Amino acid sequence: MADYHWPPTDKCSLIGRRISRLDGAWKSSGRIKYSYDVNRPNMLHAKMVFSPYAHAKVVSIDTSAAEKMPGVKAIEIITEPGKEVFWAGHEVAAVAAETEEQARDAARRIQVRYEKLPHLVSDVEPAKAGEHTKQLAEQTDGSPDQALQQAEVTSEGEYGVPVITHCCLEAHGQVAEWDGDNLTLYASTQNVSGIPGEIARAKPPIADSADKVRVLSPVMGGGFGSKFGADTWGLACARLAKKTGHPVKLMLERDQELMAAGARPSMYAKVKVGAKKDGTLVGWQSESWGTGGPDAQGGAPNLPYVVRIPDRRVRHTTVLTNIGPSRAWRAPNHPQMCLITMSALDDLAAKLGMDPVELLQRNIEMTGQLAKTYSAELEKAAELMEWKKKWHPRGERTSGSIKKGLGVSIHTWGGAGHPSNCNCVIQPDGSVSASLGSQDLGTGTRTVIGIVTAETMGLPLEAVKVNIGDSKYPADGASGGSTTVGGVSSSTRRAATAALNQLFEKVAPSLDAKPDDLEAVDGQIRVKDNPSKAISWKQACAKLGTTPITGVGQRQRGNDDLLSSGVGGAQMAEVSVDTETGIVQVDKLVAVQDCGLIIDLKTAESQVYGACIMGITYSLFEHKIMDEQTGHCLNADLEFYKLAGIGDFGEIVVHMMTGPEYDQRGVIGLGEPPVISPGAAISNAVANAIGARVPTLPLTPDKVLGVLEKGAVA
Amino acid sequence: MAKLEDPKDPEHSANSESPKKPGLRRREFVKLVGGTGVAATAQVLAGHKLAAATTTVPEEIVGSGKVIGPGPVPMTLRLNGEVKELTVEPRVTLLDALRNHLDLTGAKKVCDRGTCGACTVIVNNKPVYSCSVLAIEVADRDGKPGAHIRTIEGLEPEGKLHPVSASFVDNDAQQCGFCTPGFVMSCTAYLEAHRHPTMEEVKRALGGNLCRCGTYMGVRNAVVQAAMSMKGGRA
Repeated sequence: MADYHWPPTDKCSLIGRRISRLDGAWKSSGRIKYSYDVNRPNMLHAKMVFSPYAHAKVVSIDTSAAEKMPGVKAIEIITEPGKEVFWAGHEVAAVAAETEEQARDAARRIQVRYEKLPHLVSDVEPAKAGEHTKQLAEQTDGSPDQALQQAEVTSEGEYGVPVITHCCLEAHGQVAEWDGDNLTLYASTQNVSGIPGEIARAKPPIADSADKVRVLSPVMGGGFGSKFGADTWGLACARLAKKTGHPVKLMLERDQELMAAGARPSMYAKVKVGAKKDGTLVGWQSESWGTGGPDAQGGAPNLPYVVRIPDRRVRHTTVLTNIGPSRAWRAPNHPQMCLITMSALDDLAAKLGMDPVELLQRNIEMTGQLAKTYSAELEKAAELMEWKKKWHPRGERTSGSIKKGLGVSIHTWGGAGHPSNCNCVIQPDGSVSASLGSQDLGTGTRTVIGIVTAETMGLPLEAVKVNIGDSKYPADGASGGSTTVGGVSSSTRRAATAALNQLFEKVAPSLDAKPDDLEAVDGQIRVKDNPSKAISWKQACAKLGTTPITGVGQRQRGNDDLLSSGVGGAQMAEVSVDTETGIVQVDKLVAVQDCGLIIDLKTAESQVYGACIMGITYSLFEHKIMDEQTGHCLNADLEFYKLAGIGDFGEIVVHMMTGPEYDQRGVIGLGEPPVISPGAAISNAVANAIGARVPTLPLTPDKVLGVLEKGAVA
Repeated sequence: MAKLEDPKDPEHSANSESPKKPGLRRREFVKLVGGTGVAATAQVLAGHKLAAATTTVPEEIVGSGKVIGPGPVPMTLRLNGEVKELTVEPRVTLLDALRNHLDLTGAKKVCDRGTCGACTVIVNNKPVYSCSVLAIEVADRDGKPGAHIRTIEGLEPEGKLHPVSASFVDNDAQQCGFCTPGFVMSCTAYLEAHRHPTMEEVKRALGGNLCRCGTYMGVRNAVVQAAMSMKGGRA
């Protein structure tokens, strides 16, 4: 009876259309309360004490002076004396006071004595990192030595991406409030359903059990992979609230946010790649390294990226540093692997005297299952960029100080839906709700759930209420890795269909039909072959008497016909490089992206536009700059940790691949893939413009001028 | 557009808890003296046991002789057409006064250093970073009414959307939305003064607002739509 598939998109009134996000007015009117905005009666403010040293042992903590400060209510020690801190910004203590100013004053009066220990904050190559290396991964496929020896052309280069931060505009943090032994956390989190369990596992204990903890996050101000956990400040906040009997707000300050609340691992590689004269790739060899902070986070990269050259040798070393803890950053490892691979292939194409798009097309079968998709995406991107008309061999030869260039890159991501549960309720008055313990990071999750529910019920979007951002709703996965849209679309479709089928059973007798013969369209329940036999949605629901219907939906384990995984994507960049100032301007970025069945084209396109801009930002500006002498982050503020502004780039063109062959794949996640390629596409465009490679991101003026000085064409 | 800028503070970014640096930080100093030149400092500074720093205080500030603070003082703000009384320390920024004392949380705290624009409010018809203005600077003083302050909550009554807010929705000029109120306020102040902007002018006007999700393409389109609808007689 259950009929879980997607309707054909040409029959859909909502799915696949451009629909404005449901919470848009809440946000643009400034009325919706983020965690940072929650003000509870008699609430205290808490501030963190962070280690000023990159590596040190805490010798003693004297809180006596702080305790006597005006308004101070409680102090919580996070790192006990005797324990070590591993980065500047490592959490040591927290203090709660009546006002934010008092808390800040008191935090500075907590006297912590440290014994300084040696640190390393530069992600140097392993040979120079001494004992600070770990996790040597090595893999050899085929005969790379022989392949590279026999290659007609080889290219060698060194490429890399430094550590950058997440820089969520809403800092990490929460408000904690106790009512008896029940804790409510207004948390800025990507993991509403998962936080209660983490709180319940805390040592020493905070809450008696997970079901005594409720997490609320109706909206949140950005996560990008850095807000999965309760974090030390979350636990400290809950403890301070318990100690004081007051609600407590603890949000990180901006410098703390940039120092401690997440960084993307760096990755560098020395690459040798070989091809035949016709461009056929024959061999790859790379020695890569990078740092994920003090732990070996991030894992080894799988190089080369996307283009699987059969004969290869790869080796990866993790450098352990005191830069700060790494966290998953939108498409973990992929932007780095992409930059390294696509730069190396672009340099090889230049050596071959080949158009790099042609090189990719020549080797497209090495991309595997998605070869046809990539080929089509490259063609579409080339058309939108006018690639054939604009492209020139490396090094623009025209006179003048502004050199223009083009670059290309392709990328991939999985994006299968995560575990998800949805309850869909139809009330006798006709109102409909869908409830999930999911969250909307700004991607449009709330809107997608509403669209799927309304489409299934044949109702307008306004008729559906979406309940998310609350851990009391059915458990849902954390929002990371582009897993949310697949998960919630499947569970919601199943729940809505299950609820609707129950309604059909109630209504069928009055229409003199079998439940299976009914459909819900345009606010009516009607007989499929005889649309004139119909009753309105309201009349149908009135037959429920006093008992609402609940449809339960769960994303199928393993294969689920409503979703799948594995997407491609091609991007092309056009840049202008001022050879006098070294300033790179991205004039145009074309992004062609597939993601299976698109639920909301408007928010999907926004994801891609946003990813392109985030990509331009890390390509040109972002770098968590560390000072080896002091071990400090030198740019833990928004003035020197630069984000692109509205005028810092030119045109962006987004094209979503749609049509039956994409729709039939079901829903696939989209958050990660489009952020992967910009670095490589822009770096390649700069090389094309000035005739030489700027080896590492960001492509800052000093680096560009340095390369030009060494004798690039321009 | 005139945005008040906070002095650059090279010290705040790291080591704020270092026991080696107990001195007066520049930003804190600015907050203590009120930035207006009226709040006296000698007593304020002594109260904070930071007398050593008085040598750096300009003579004209010390010479004014009038002491406000350092404890909470009553003040009156002209906010969204209403008169609001509150009692806060003179060092409290307009942003913190709005958010922590008046529960007006549309203006967001992001950089707290006059860089990102998330805290933008409109003061006497100009967009201003409220993190870089003290509440007392814009409050009533010496019997004279203070500045006219508009926050995003004052654009329209709850439940109604200002044309700029509506254009942000229509053009999906927001994702996480945390920067959005600041953009809406910058955009509103700009369009109220410039009814026929070019895209290049818009890019300059909104260059003081930062977004991490990358909603700028939507914002560019939203400003165009908002300019059209505001010309059409609204606002």
